[in-house]
Amino acid sequence: MDWLTTVDHKKIGILYMIAGGFFFLVGGLEAILIRIQLWKPLNNFVSADTYNELLTMHGTTMIFLAAMPLLFALMNAVIPLQIGARDVAFPFVNSLGFWTFLFGGILLNVSWFTGGAPDAGWTSYAPLAGTTYSGDHGVDYYVLGLQIAGIGTLIGGINFLVTIINMRAPGMTFMRMPMFTWAAFITSALILFAFPALAVGLAALMFDRLFDANFFDPSGGGNAVLWEHIFWIFGHPEVYILILPAFGVISEVISTFSRKRLFGYSSMVFATILIGFLGFMVWAHHMFTVGLGPVANALFSIATMLIAIPTGIKIFNWLFTMWGGSIKFTAANLFAVGFIPTFVMGGVTGVMLAAAPADFQYHDSYFVVAHFHYVIVGGLVLGIFSGLHYWWPKMFGRILNETLGKLTFWTFFIGFHMTFFIQHFLGLLGMPRRIWTYLDGLGFNEMNMISTVGAFLMGFGTIFFLLNVVITAFKPQNAPADPWEDGRTLEWSIPSPPPEYNFAQTPLVRGYDAYWKEKMDGHTGMTPAEPIGPIHMPSPSILPFFMGAGLFVAGLGFMYAKDWGNLFGSFKTGYALGIVGLLIVFGSMFLRSVIDDHGFHIEEDEILKDMEGKA
Amino acid sequence: MSANSHVEGQLPHEPEKATLEGRNKVLGFWLFLGGETVLFGTLFSAFLALRHQVLDGPTENELFQLPLVALATALLLTSSLTSVFAVHALHTNRVKALINWLIVTVILGAAFLGLEIYEFAHYLHEGHGFTTSAFSSSFYTLVGFHGAHVAFGIAWITLIIIQLSRKGLTVVTAPKVYVAGMYWHFIDVVWVFIFTVVYLMGKVV
Ligand code: HEM
Ligand SMILES: [Cu+2]
Repeated sequence: MDWLTTVDHKKIGILYMIAGGFFFLVGGLEAILIRIQLWKPLNNFVSADTYNELLTMHGTTMIFLAAMPLLFALMNAVIPLQIGARDVAFPFVNSLGFWTFLFGGILLNVSWFTGGAPDAGWTSYAPLAGTTYSGDHGVDYYVLGLQIAGIGTLIGGINFLVTIINMRAPGMTFMRMPMFTWAAFITSALILFAFPALAVGLAALMFDRLFDANFFDPSGGGNAVLWEHIFWIFGHPEVYILILPAFGVISEVISTFSRKRLFGYSSMVFATILIGFLGFMVWAHHMFTVGLGPVANALFSIATMLIAIPTGIKIFNWLFTMWGGSIKFTAANLFAVGFIPTFVMGGVTGVMLAAAPADFQYHDSYFVVAHFHYVIVGGLVLGIFSGLHYWWPKMFGRILNETLGKLTFWTFFIGFHMTFFIQHFLGLLGMPRRIWTYLDGLGFNEMNMISTVGAFLMGFGTIFFLLNVVITAFKPQNAPADPWEDGRTLEWSIPSPPPEYNFAQTPLVRGYDAYWKEKMDGHTGMTPAEPIGPIHMPSPSILPFFMGAGLFVAGLGFMYAKDWGNLFGSFKTGYALGIVGLLIVFGSMFLRSVIDDHGFHIEEDEILKDMEGKA
Repeated sequence: MSANSHVEGQLPHEPEKATLEGRNKVLGFWLFLGGETVLFGTLFSAFLALRHQVLDGPTENELFQLPLVALATALLLTSSLTSVFAVHALHTNRVKALINWLIVTVILGAAFLGLEIYEFAHYLHEGHGFTTSAFSSSFYTLVGFHGAHVAFGIAWITLIIIQLSRKGLTVVTAPKVYVAGMYWHFIDVVWVFIFTVVYLMGKVV
C-alpha cells in the first residue's frame, strides 16, 4: 500500500526499476524467441504472424517500456541527490508519470491474451498499420498503450526540467552540475519537444483506425509518408533521449573510478547540448529511400554526419579522463569501459548509414539491425548496467556482489558482440530485416546460428545479474555513505539509502565535484547552508494510481466499442466503459484540486536522531 | 523579492511567485506550453500536408464563411484582454474584480465555443464530415483540438473562480490564476494561427 501511494522520488525510482526490469525480461524473452526462430533456415518454431508480433512487441517494449523507465529509475534515484535538493518539483506528478507509464505498458501487453499483439513493426508504418492490413486490435493496443505511457514520460520530463532549474542547492551553478544531471536535463528537454509529436501521430492513427479518419489512408486522400515524418521527428530525438543519460552515467563512473576530474567538463556540456539540438535536424535519415529527392537526402545526410563531431568530443574526453588515472575495474567501471569501443562501432556504422547513396544498399537489411543494436544495447544497456551497479548501494544500502557483477559483464559483453557483430555481414550479404525465415544455401546459416548462441549468452548474463540482485537482497543493509570511497558528487555525502528528506541540511556547493572538493580540502562532509529545522514533505496519494487505472479502462473501452454489444438501446458497452474510465481520471483530478493538502513536517528531533543513528 | 514587495493586505507583490511551489508551477507551465507548441505545430503540419485532398467533399473555399469566423476571433481576442485585466486585478490584490474579470473571460470563451459548434454543425450539413476526406479529418482534428482546449480552459477557470470565492487570494490560489491566464493566452495565440493558416489561406489559395 505504501508503494501505491508514495510520492518519494527515491521510491518512485525503485518502482520504475522494478517495472522497467520486468519489461526488460519480457522484451528479452521475445528476443530469444526471435533468435530461436532464425537459428536455422526454413525453421517453423513460430508462425509468420507470431513472428511479426514478437518483433513488433520486442522493439516497442524495449524502447518504451524497458530502456526509458530504467533511465527514469536512475534519474529519479539520483538527480535530486546530485543537485542537493530535498525533493523533486512535482512529487504528485512524478508518481502520476510512473503509474501512467505502467498502465500503458500493461495495456500494450494485454494484447497477447486477447487475440493478437501489434504486428506492424515498432515504427507502425502506414498503411501497414491501417485497418486494411491490420484488421484485428493489435495496432489499437499499440496506439492507446503508447499514448497512455507517453503521457507519463512527458510529465516526468517536465518534472525533471523544473527540478533541475529551480531546486539546485546554493552554489550549484549550471556549470557545476554533475554530468549525469546535465544529460538528464537535455534528455528531458528532448522529451518535451519530441513526445507531443508522437502524441499527435498516435492520435491521428487512432482516429484513422477507430473513427475512419483519412490521415494516412491513400484511398481517402491521406498520405502514408506523413506518418513517417511524424514518427521520425519524434523517433530520432528518441534515440538521443535514450543515449544521453547513458553518456551521463559513463561520465560519472569513469571519473569516479579513475579518481580524476572529468576531462573537458565544459566541452562535455556543450557537446551534450549540441547533440540534443542536432537530434531534431536529422529525422529524414530514416527516410532516404522513400523518395524525398536528392537535395533533401543530401541535407539530412550532412546534418546526420555532423552529430559525429560532438559525439567524438565525448569519446575523447572519456579516454583522456582515464589517461593517467588510477583506474579501478569494478563491475560498474567494466560496463563503462566496455561501453566506449562498443558505442564507437555503433557510431561508425551510423555515419556509414548516413551516406544516403550507401544507405540505399544497407536500408532494411541486417546492417541496420546491427547498427542500432550497437548503439542501443552496446551503448544504452551497458550504460544502464553500469549505472545500476554504481548506484545500487545508494538506492538500497547494499553493495552488489563484485564477482557476480563481473561475470554478468563478461557474459553479456561477449554475448552481445557475438549476436550483433556478425549481423553487419549478414546485412552486407543481403539478408533483409523483419523477415521470419530464410532459404537454405544463401550463406546465412552459420552466421545466424552464431548470432542465436550469442543471444543466449546475453540471456545468461541477465540471469547472473538477477541472481546477484537476489543474493544481495539477503545481505545486511550496511553500505557506507561513500561505498566506492572515491565518490565525487553530492549523493555520496549522505547516508545509503538516504533518509526520506535526502539532506538534513541543504549543502553549500563550493565547486564542481562538490563532495570531492570538500574531501580534498580536508573536510569530512559538506558545509551546510542552513540550520537544522523541521522539513516540509508532501503527503502520499492514491490518486495517481487511480488516474493511471482510469486511463487503462478508458483505453480498453474505446478500443472495443465497435465489437461489444449495446448497453441501453443503441449505446455501446465499450463507450460506456470508456466514459467510466475517463470519469475516474477527471474525478481524481477534481479531488486533487478541491482537497487541501498541506503535507506534513518532519520534526527537528527526529532528524537529529537519524543523524546520530547513521554517524 | 521581499525588498520591493509593497504590501497590500498581506499578500506579497507577485503572489504567484512568492513560494517555491508557485515558481515551480509557473516554470513548469511555461515548459508545458512549449510541448503544446510542438503538439499544435504537428497538427498544423498535418493539416497543411492534407488540405488539398478533398476527394468528393467541399473545398476550403466553398466551405469557410469569414464573417462568422471573424466574429469568433473577435470574441476570443477580447477574452484574452479580459484575462489580462484579471491578472492585473491579481497583482493589485482586488479579489472581487479578479473574479468578475474571470467570469467575463469564461463567458466570452463559451460564446466562442458556441459559435464553433454552430460552425461545425453547418459544415456537417454541407457534406463535410470527419470521414469525408483527408482534408476534413485534418481540419476537424486541428480545429477540434483547439476547441477542446477552450472547453478545458472554461472548466478549469470555472473551478478556479469557485476556489477564489471560497478561499480568497492566497499564495496558493494566485499561481493557479496566473497559470490559467498563461494557458488562455496560449489558446488565443494558437487561434490566431488557425485563423490565418486555415481560414484566410483557405479563402485565398
Ligand atoms: C553516431 C551517430 C548516429 C548516426 C550517424 C546514425 C545514423 C543512422 C541512420 C542513417 C539510420 C537509418 C538507416 C536505415 O534505415 O537505412 C539509423 C537507424 C537507426 N538508428 Fe542510428 N545513428 C546514430 C546514432 C544512434 C543512436 C545513439 C541510437 C540510439 C540510442 C540510434 C538508433 C537507431 C535506430 C533505432 C535505427 C533504426 C530505426 C529503424 O529503422 O527501425 N542511432 N541510424
Ligand atoms: Cu535517426
